[in-house]
Amino acid sequence: MAIAHVSPGTSTHVNPERSGRRIPYLLMLPGLLWLFIFFIYPLINLAETSTKTRAASQETGAFVQTYRFANYLDAFIEYQDQFLRSFSYALMATLLALAISYPLAYAIAFKSGRYKNILLILVIAPFFTSFLLRTIAWKQILGAEGPVVSVLRALHLIGPDTTITASSFAVVMGLTYNFLPFMTLPIYASLDRIDPRLMEASGDLYANGLTTFRKVTVPLSMPGVVAGTLLTFIPAAGDYINAAILGNPTTKMIGNVIDSRFFRIVDYPTAAALSFTLMAAILLLVIIYIRRSGTDELV
Amino acid sequence: MVDVTSSAVGDLQLRNLTKTFADFVAVDDLTLTIPKGSFFALLGPSGCGKTTTLRMIAGLEEPTSGSIHIGATDITYTKPYQRPVNTVFQNYALFPHLTIFENVAFGLRRRGIKDVEGAVTKTLALVELGHLKDRKPGQLSGGQQQRIAVARAIVNRPALLFLDEPLGALDLKLRRQMQIELKWIQTEVGITFVHVTHDQEEAMTMADTIAVMNKGRIEQMGSPVELYENPKTVFVANFLGQSNLIEAAVQTNSGAETSVDIHGSRIILPSSRNKSSKSKVLVGIRPEKINIQTAGSSVGKNSLSGGVVTDISFVGVSTQYQVEMPWKQEIMVFEQNDGGAPNIRKGDQVTLSWEPHFTFALDSEN
Repeated sequence: MAIAHVSPGTSTHVNPERSGRRIPYLLMLPGLLWLFIFFIYPLINLAETSTKTRAASQETGAFVQTYRFANYLDAFIEYQDQFLRSFSYALMATLLALAISYPLAYAIAFKSGRYKNILLILVIAPFFTSFLLRTIAWKQILGAEGPVVSVLRALHLIGPDTTITASSFAVVMGLTYNFLPFMTLPIYASLDRIDPRLMEASGDLYANGLTTFRKVTVPLSMPGVVAGTLLTFIPAAGDYINAAILGNPTTKMIGNVIDSRFFRIVDYPTAAALSFTLMAAILLLVIIYIRRSGTDELV
Repeated sequence: MVDVTSSAVGDLQLRNLTKTFADFVAVDDLTLTIPKGSFFALLGPSGCGKTTTLRMIAGLEEPTSGSIHIGATDITYTKPYQRPVNTVFQNYALFPHLTIFENVAFGLRRRGIKDVEGAVTKTLALVELGHLKDRKPGQLSGGQQQRIAVARAIVNRPALLFLDEPLGALDLKLRRQMQIELKWIQTEVGITFVHVTHDQEEAMTMADTIAVMNKGRIEQMGSPVELYENPKTVFVANFLGQSNLIEAAVQTNSGAETSVDIHGSRIILPSSRNKSSKSKVLVGIRPEKINIQTAGSSVGKNSLSGGVVTDISFVGVSTQYQVEMPWKQEIMVFEQNDGGAPNIRKGDQVTLSWEPHFTFALDSEN
């Protein structure tokens, strides 16, 4: 500490230690500001809206604050089917994406050799077009003249008149497809980080390939699996585009309800209450999930 | 599935083992027997084939030709997990997600051994780390991780234990301590240790027998003393310690003594230490065997005069002199700092002398 002997008189010098302590806050400032304006403030606004009731004038879009917390209960009771459907679709999509992504990520991480980068780009490639467009494309793929239906019909797995669009199957397929990269990339990252010598060590200690996979590879890739499932489940549970484009009226998810409450029926309080309930439910599930998986110890 | 983990006992034999990668011969027709219970070192520079040899014995590489036997059992093509062989990996490769106890228990659990608890506790006590059994590897120091890596391997009582550059990641002081400790553990458990290293000091400290490898072949094999005092090739003379190698012409080569000519000086050596049959040889002498004296002093039997000291460095236990001979070759001389060192300064004219029985002669390389 050779520079520590600065006398108090020489105040023109900026104390490097003190300004160094301020730098992290300065760096965080733009982000915090952004979060406040576009996240915290709307959230407060939403919370406020959620306990309002329709104004006496019955005018569309006019609401007064009455602190009616029963809005939440009413909304939940009325739309509990859509809630349940959202979570079960999201769960199915997450499990499907995991089943597809894990082998894919494993192959890219360990078996792809010099094609590794090309394969990774292919995983990300769908992001080059918009979410909406890709979902509409799935309507074509699953449509009556599309390849999936013709193959299934040729194999006599479905009848000649059966279609698979406008069904819960199509919605789950769409969700799975759209969030697949969010599952693949974190799993790939955690698999790629595993020291291959650990697998050799496992083989050296009498474990065969399958046991090595179960006892070494899978536990060490858990952080990626947890991150991937969260990144898939959370947006899938709140999604409404897939249900709107690939579903039918009986496959409505909670996102569709919120959408129509806000923009069609103009029932802001119910929409706000549903939004909060969804947020709270996801938060609760995520906390339980992270606690149970206990991956924080791995890092 | 043939489980040879318990049945194979005896010496490890490599027969004509060869491994080629594309057009590069990593291991070239290697035949070698490692006796049961010995501490054996494979010593050589990086790329000499020692790690490939070890990986073939461990089952991590398949030989191009040749075979590997433990006692009477051929293990050339068995899977790694079916071999009675365990490895202490270069960077330990401890499982980061398992506790120390579970790391050590890993091999036992895979084989369905009954008393895991007892065996692990005993082995952890042997490496004196029983109190850390609930920690994760990341919470241990390098030296502790090293000892756990050894414990994780020896708990399985393999016929062979491989140490792949085991001390490379440790600092000098810890390395010295671990050398002594590993040697002690080996004596204690009686398992054959095969130690692969490029560090000649490490090999000499621990091993009973050293095989010096170069370009996929074994240059010379023997006890550390034998290799050091009696190197058979230029490579061994230079790789184990330092050697002064001087070109010489053989004058007489009869009976017990051979005499050679080094730029006009007559040097004698025992004929048994002349490994060459040619008339031009390289005469070798270790730096610490040479006496350095100011020019004109009385000298011993073998002596070279006319040297000029060009550099002196003091390294604590000894002083190292660099002497330039009239034929422009630099010769290294180490003198013990035991009070008897002559008062020599840079630029002084000196005479070098040594006992004939320390001299050796080799075929010049190529």
